[in-house]
Amino acid sequence: MFDFWATNSEEGGWNISSTDEGSQKMLEEENEKQIKIQTGTDVIDDFVIDEDTSDDERMIVNMGPQHPSTHGVLRLQAELEGEVVRRVKPIIGYLHTGMEKTGEELNYFQGPTNTTRMDYLSPLFNELVFSLTTEKLVGIEVPDRAKNIRILMTELNRISSHLVALATGGMDIGALSMMIFGFRERELILNFFEKTTGLRMNHNYIRPGGVAADLPDGWQKDIEEILKIIPEKLQDYDDMLLDNPIWKGRLQNVGILTTEECFAYGVTGPSLRASGHSWDLRKAQPYSGIENFEFEVPVLNEGDVFARWRIKVLEIFESLKIVEQALNKMPKGPYKVQDKKITPPPRKRLDESMEALIHHFKIYTEGFKVPEGDAYVAIESPRGELGCYIVSDGSSKPYRMHVRGPSFCNLQALPVIMTDSPIADAVAAIASLDPVIGDVDR
Amino acid sequence: MSYEIINTSVAEYKKLVESLHSESFEMMVDLTVVDWFRKKEPRFEVVVQFLSVSKNERKTVKVFVDDEELSIPSITDIYPSANFYEREAYDMFGINFLEHPDLTRILMPDDWNGHPLRKNYGSGRIPVQFKNAPKVE
Repeated sequence: MFDFWATNSEEGGWNISSTDEGSQKMLEEENEKQIKIQTGTDVIDDFVIDEDTSDDERMIVNMGPQHPSTHGVLRLQAELEGEVVRRVKPIIGYLHTGMEKTGEELNYFQGPTNTTRMDYLSPLFNELVFSLTTEKLVGIEVPDRAKNIRILMTELNRISSHLVALATGGMDIGALSMMIFGFRERELILNFFEKTTGLRMNHNYIRPGGVAADLPDGWQKDIEEILKIIPEKLQDYDDMLLDNPIWKGRLQNVGILTTEECFAYGVTGPSLRASGHSWDLRKAQPYSGIENFEFEVPVLNEGDVFARWRIKVLEIFESLKIVEQALNKMPKGPYKVQDKKITPPPRKRLDESMEALIHHFKIYTEGFKVPEGDAYVAIESPRGELGCYIVSDGSSKPYRMHVRGPSFCNLQALPVIMTDSPIADAVAAIASLDPVIGDVDR
Repeated sequence: MSYEIINTSVAEYKKLVESLHSESFEMMVDLTVVDWFRKKEPRFEVVVQFLSVSKNERKTVKVFVDDEELSIPSITDIYPSANFYEREAYDMFGINFLEHPDLTRILMPDDWNGHPLRKNYGSGRIPVQFKNAPKVE
């Protein structure tokens, strides 16, 4: 019989220094550089609690990987001194599935199927960034209707993703009604996604050359319903939480992140905008025709957990504005490029045209070839800068496909937020950064 | 938005990054490696993306790493955000980042052999075995 707990081995039971999960120690105190990273003091040490505790009272606690408030399988090794977190080491890789390696084996036509599964809360952004990079390499411009559909779908996705962030953020802190509310409203959007793309998540809807299918009949009605209901519900959230003393007491002045720290640790997206900088790729480096839409970039200066929660609510309002404009000025025309070398012909053409059959066969077996070169394209995902770097060697598969996930980079700021603050605030800090582990580990 | 690609050598890499940092390129957004196995000499190319928020500019720095030494200076002391990316590059390609404070595997298990994103590492070659799983007789 296999000795599962190693009780009979010479080492004798549970060996702390080398377990299955790797080392259970923080790094040695002498290594100053690493300490700086684990305490986030590389930039500014902003929040210090002085306590008269001796070194004996320091202990190392593992939080995760199976912990409901770590948003997946994030593991934190924290050194506690009493109730104060002194050092934090985020340990990742529990959801690593080798998607970049897989990406080298799928052709460009199949690529979005893979990338859509990375950040599972904002799948359409992953598809969009992959498609934009491929289109940049091929040098094609998608039709206006396809661009508009892409903006409509991604902004709806931003709303649904932020709703989950608000919901799980509320749940982590104990505002359980918020969880029910957030997921309820998200359902509206997911139903629309299901109607349009066939799936609630992992859509594979935005593809190189356009989108997979046109919007369904009566889509305007669904969007109008979303536009009517979501603002009402957001008002409900504000009534419940905005002036709630418990909520404010729990979140204000907790986990402060300054603009300099955001730059140093590469934090982008809502967390940067909550720290007082108005950097938004939709304004600065527009993609897919978003420069034709009118919206504002909300900025808050506090940089605490409360600001990071509030900015998501404000961004939902701005996204709703974009969705409304996309609804009103949806152009007519094709929803994908008419180049039959890149997008497959409509199904019914296969019966009547030999050419169409050949193109169909070529695309679904070999895929289309992409000229040699490399390209990096970045878009503003709900969590920050989502980039895609593709190197092509002239074949129909990417030679190297790398996705710069915003959660991966934002996670590095966790020690800055968490150190020298009470352990009770740790959960609020993680929730405010809104990491998606599928995006971190890829 | 302007976009520029700079090719440099390992010896001048760190100096270049320092000058970029002083030229108000506030963020290092991405660091990755391309393996040109049997296509180019030397084999590994490190690609780093920099972003200037104040000037709204992007710059890409490309460095070829010597095949024998496989090492390049770490830029974590200039850009702390390079920390995870350099660990990922070490994990996936086996590039050594000199003076990196904690160059350990980040995504793969600590006792993993090989570097999965190298081109001569076949996918699906190694059967997945969970450690300490009860053996099937």
